[in-house]
Amino acid sequence: MKTGTDRVKRGMAEMQKGGVIMDVVNAEQAKIAEEAGAVAVMALERVPSDIRAAGGVARMADPRIMEEVMNAVSIPVMAKARIGHIVEARILEAMGVDYIDESEVLTPADEEYHLYKSDFTVPFVCGCRDLGEAARRIGEGASMLRTKGEPGTGNIVEAVRHMRQVNAQVRKVVGMNVDELMTEAKLLGAPFELLLQIKELGRLPVVNFAAGGVATPADAALMMELGADGVFVGSGIFKSDNPAKFARAIVEATTHYQDYKLIAELSKELGTPMKGIEISSLAPEARMQDRGW
Amino acid sequence: MVKVGVLGLQGAVREHVRSIEESGAEAVVIKTKDQLEEVDGLIMPGGESTTMRRLIDKYDFMDSLKEFAQSGKPMFGTCAGLILMAKELVDYDQPHIGAMDVKVERNSFGRQRESFEAELDIAGVGENYPAVFIRAPHIVAAGENVEILAKHDNRIVFAREGQFLGCSFHPELTEDHRITQYFINMVKEAKK
Repeated sequence: MKTGTDRVKRGMAEMQKGGVIMDVVNAEQAKIAEEAGAVAVMALERVPSDIRAAGGVARMADPRIMEEVMNAVSIPVMAKARIGHIVEARILEAMGVDYIDESEVLTPADEEYHLYKSDFTVPFVCGCRDLGEAARRIGEGASMLRTKGEPGTGNIVEAVRHMRQVNAQVRKVVGMNVDELMTEAKLLGAPFELLLQIKELGRLPVVNFAAGGVATPADAALMMELGADGVFVGSGIFKSDNPAKFARAIVEATTHYQDYKLIAELSKELGTPMKGIEISSLAPEARMQDRGW
Repeated sequence: MVKVGVLGLQGAVREHVRSIEESGAEAVVIKTKDQLEEVDGLIMPGGESTTMRRLIDKYDFMDSLKEFAQSGKPMFGTCAGLILMAKELVDYDQPHIGAMDVKVERNSFGRQRESFEAELDIAGVGENYPAVFIRAPHIVAAGENVEILAKHDNRIVFAREGQFLGCSFHPELTEDHRITQYFINMVKEAKK
């Protein structure tokens, strides 16, 4: 019997496919998310838009929040550790969190090195903007990917950019001759063996969710249309007027992302979505996606 | 060629489709209840059972799934699918489809860090089957007509009752298609 194998870690993410993972800050929100049909929850101290507003250093949440959430729901519970913060990640693993997000939403603990995630029994999800970044994270042992997008903005444009970029580069690799892959690996800064694997499989070897700016059911459906395996929703749900209704609408739009009549129905009278931020108005240091490499 | 449906609301749908196709049958992803009529057997994949149940209710699937179970056409539930099929669930008052005479406990091996791989010897399927258990349930009690096909750590992890087949683990996550083949043979038998 073996725990923490690639199959077990990646397989866990496969089971989340077609689903929505929701950010929650307490047990009550976690229950609303589970009831609405979330496949998992991300337990946090603050949602990204509040982290953005609060400024300062954002760290792993108080373990009590994770404990509270884990006791409240039967779906998997994820939590965020700072990029490169080995001890935060080990604490989350010791607590029995089901998946760790090594996340740029928190202030990085290491500006040079990401975690060596293969060392852990618990699986990791990491953000990516392009195939090079995706492949480096998989190389370090990430079992699931998500677009970085621009968290806490309620603006989908960066998530769209990152999803299109990764998928276009995957298609390019799949279409290349094997003797061209080493040069591509050099240009992307990606492990050669992973590009070989992508070429053979015809896709990434792990699932890739959309994250960072999903604010409406239509946004969630758009990301599925663009090839996302599922969707993370951060600030959008519990910053809206009617979180339970909003959460259900996002789940249904994700499942039936090509049923436009249905999405029209469930988008009705959802109340005001989060206001959102135009990306070009963000100062360079406020861009979370540029954290990590 | 027989047609096997995969309930496509959420979870490891693509992997089952691939396994069905590699075992020489036609796969249909079932997103609406009308599609159930066109298939000879149905697989309910792994995923999150709570989420699937919500979507089953939302799209009014439950009665059609119960009818399908009564029709004599084979049904196979893997992990969350087994939870959906069971007649009884530990800590829950109501079952979901309630078709197979087993009592199932959710997440009974622990959280994700306790998830594991193990090799199983499975009656009627073969030896050394690579089984992937992810936050897996197990069968705590089985009715008298249920044939126990495999155990791990003294817990029932694979069983059959007539046209119903259920397992705790994920055959779809491996390249070993012996279990899918076993189910397809059940579908062929039933169609005769």
